[in-house]
Amino acid sequence: MSETALQKTPLYEEHKALGAKLVPFAGYEMPVQYPTGILAEHHWTRQHAGLFDISHMGQCFIVGPDFATTAAAMEKLVPADIAGLVPHQQRYSQLLNVDGGILDDVMITRTDYVGYEGWLYVVVNASRKADDYEHIAANLPSGLVVQQGQDMALLSLQGPKAEAVLAKYTAAIGELRFMSYQSLNINGIEAHVSRSGYTGEDGFEISVFAKDVTVLWNLLLEDENVKPIGLGARDSLRLEAGLCLYGHDIDDTTSPVEAGLVWSISKRRRAEGGFIGAHRVQKQLAEGVSRRRVGIKPEGRAPAREGTEIQSLDGHRIGVITSGGFGPTVNGPIAMGYVERNSSAYGTKINLMVRGQAMSATVVELPFIPQNFKR
Amino acid sequence: MTVKFSKDHEWLTLEGTLATVGITNHAQTQLGDVVYVELPKIGTHIEANAAVATVESVKAASEVYTPVSGEVVEVNADLTGDPAMVNRAAESDGWFMKIQLSNVSELDGLMDRAAYDEFVAG
Repeated sequence: MSETALQKTPLYEEHKALGAKLVPFAGYEMPVQYPTGILAEHHWTRQHAGLFDISHMGQCFIVGPDFATTAAAMEKLVPADIAGLVPHQQRYSQLLNVDGGILDDVMITRTDYVGYEGWLYVVVNASRKADDYEHIAANLPSGLVVQQGQDMALLSLQGPKAEAVLAKYTAAIGELRFMSYQSLNINGIEAHVSRSGYTGEDGFEISVFAKDVTVLWNLLLEDENVKPIGLGARDSLRLEAGLCLYGHDIDDTTSPVEAGLVWSISKRRRAEGGFIGAHRVQKQLAEGVSRRRVGIKPEGRAPAREGTEIQSLDGHRIGVITSGGFGPTVNGPIAMGYVERNSSAYGTKINLMVRGQAMSATVVELPFIPQNFKR
Repeated sequence: MTVKFSKDHEWLTLEGTLATVGITNHAQTQLGDVVYVELPKIGTHIEANAAVATVESVKAASEVYTPVSGEVVEVNADLTGDPAMVNRAAESDGWFMKIQLSNVSELDGLMDRAAYDEFVAG
């Protein structure tokens, strides 16, 4: 995509005014960092509260006549249990292709707005929006449609102080459970707030109309515990939390089983199948996988980046790193990638081929940091 | 002391034919937080414009090119334990290596500070 075609979120001018370094990302001009830099932003989020503009992500609705019908249609598209969602509940899942490869990873919410009970709210990755909408539309039964959210924006407020920041405006925030939403009024602004995020910290994702997002952004930044955080720290935070980044750790060649996302597939759905790509998923559940996504801890201080070849100690290629960098909270290099099944046990010693040299590393359990989700 | 600059954003200062080389302040601001620096081995003979060191920021790895040929006679060991020194003092304490020049005429192709500032502002 040429740079002239880059889109802007409604907060573009705010990012510029804050001195953000803007870079092209998924077709948008997005803040990769603010003047304090990625390390400071990362630590701030883990210790206080970080505010992210994620308005580039796709917000859409699967619209059907009633919840049961819409849920049944969605269960054709994803392996998660959608029929079992209670009102206000959300789940993480994946859109799969016929071969069981991942087309995108998504958040699916059962809404409970009066008159909209047959609607599922789905958030998809910015880079996959257009393809996702086409894929969903092509696979919905007649009478159901996918409707793109119009003039919507999305913020993420993450970190141990996030709840206290929002509690100033809406005491009900304390009641909100992890992976569920409430419709809340934040200083006069109508907001769909879910307790979720992608940093490993407690936090919230706040969907509002684009017309309100600038006021809300600046309101939240008034709190001394809140600082704006760019995509750079978003990446190091999610890597420490062991979370997949689409196009890197998961793509249309990797299955949810290989990616270690089986936890997101319920027992009923594993047994019943009935979703696009079920053949491979069920086969792998029964017979095992040939490769598996694992955490990797390099020894020493040098980061091993995406694309780095992974070798067994006897020099055979056994896999590749899909995300790798420096974990500020870990205070050292961290990575994840795919390795052959017989090298995927925690504690397995491996070599990473960095600039032609074998660098020692160990297969480790994810995440790299304890998750601080509020269950 | 005279400082010279390369188009790859390295600086060097000279004591006789011994050059101290580092990356410019402009370069470190572009890189962001430096978390690791890989330096060449002492005694390595390097050719001008070859990649001799690697700077890793949180986001990415970047190669450092030497603007001059010669032998690496010293590296800044402090950067191993404190890579953020590159951010704090890119053009002083954050130096990378000392090179015994083998071809002083290579210095002619480098810029002075005014020319480099203009190059960056470009």
